[in-house]
Amino acid sequence: MSAAAPSDGRRRGASEADDPYRLGRHNGGGRDETSGHGSGGPASKHIIVGYGFWIFLLSDIVLFSAFFAAYAVLAGETAGGPSGRDLFDLRNVAIETALLLTSSFTCGLASIASRRRDATWTQIWLLVTGVLGAGFVLLEMREFVVMIGMRAGPSRSAFLSSFFALVGCHGLHVSVGLLWLGTMMAQLWVKSFRPAIQRRLLCFSLFWHTLDIIWVGLFTIVYLLGAGR
Amino acid sequence: MNDRDGYDAADLRDSAPGEELPGHGEPASGILGYALGFGLAVLLTTASFYVAGSQLIWGPSIPVLLVVLAIAQMGVHLAFFLHITTSPDNTNNVLALAFGALVIFLIIFGSVWIMAHLGHHQMTPAVMMQHMR
Repeated sequence: MSAAAPSDGRRRGASEADDPYRLGRHNGGGRDETSGHGSGGPASKHIIVGYGFWIFLLSDIVLFSAFFAAYAVLAGETAGGPSGRDLFDLRNVAIETALLLTSSFTCGLASIASRRRDATWTQIWLLVTGVLGAGFVLLEMREFVVMIGMRAGPSRSAFLSSFFALVGCHGLHVSVGLLWLGTMMAQLWVKSFRPAIQRRLLCFSLFWHTLDIIWVGLFTIVYLLGAGR
Repeated sequence: MNDRDGYDAADLRDSAPGEELPGHGEPASGILGYALGFGLAVLLTTASFYVAGSQLIWGPSIPVLLVVLAIAQMGVHLAFFLHITTSPDNTNNVLALAFGALVIFLIIFGSVWIMAHLGHHQMTPAVMMQHMR
């Protein structure tokens, strides 16, 4: 009993030290005596950069939600032209989805490798991510070209305008992401794992995973619901 | 204290989104976590594509089911790929996400709601001609 009490007290002290929002600095034994006083900061640059980029990504998703809203309102306005049921090829969409989802996974593997400071595997997984992403962009461009060839371009109807705006905006994001990916691989090659490079890698992986989240909404709302319409 | 950058020097008070602190509310860590997330995402995607073309399910319920599957998959991506957790070091990230979700909800459902009512109250050209006569 007497042996158990101090160990119990130590354990409580440790768990309080782990709680970043505990009030007061009593019973501390903690690593951070300042937490809960508004004086523990500033947080490390790594966290501030990641958080700032998270705010940007959320605002980017808000931008996409405006395009989604426009599409939802205009999806039925085909002006006598082709509707989603006539145009969408779900097999193509399934392949695009598989490519983007797998690239999100390999991007995660790249960030694991970068945490191990393993430059070779980081580069390999980034390359795989880029190849899969490029495949996605190519398939999407082919789809656009085929649709425009069928006289179903963005000027055909309000439905098609909103479709090209929404899907094209996502495709543009993926293309910009590919450019970023290329520059990240070059920077990693030249500068290796400096803190700044690691922060950029963190931001890139956030960006890439977020594009996949947007694609989930996109293939559901636009393609799967549109093909059944 | 100098600037503690890098993944291994983890700040205990906060986590950057996308950053994984082992043992901080993660369901699974490392490659296992990503593989689990990937598996769940593949499962949900396959279910979505299957449901969209199937005759098994009552037709009018398919859109609802698709939306539910999509939201579930977004949750899987947030948890396993972006490492958004419920632990206190993630509070800032979760609050920002919650505010983003609120704005997205307002924009999408607000637009659809308002435009549906406008469409409902709008006169068809034939009725308009009658009124103008």
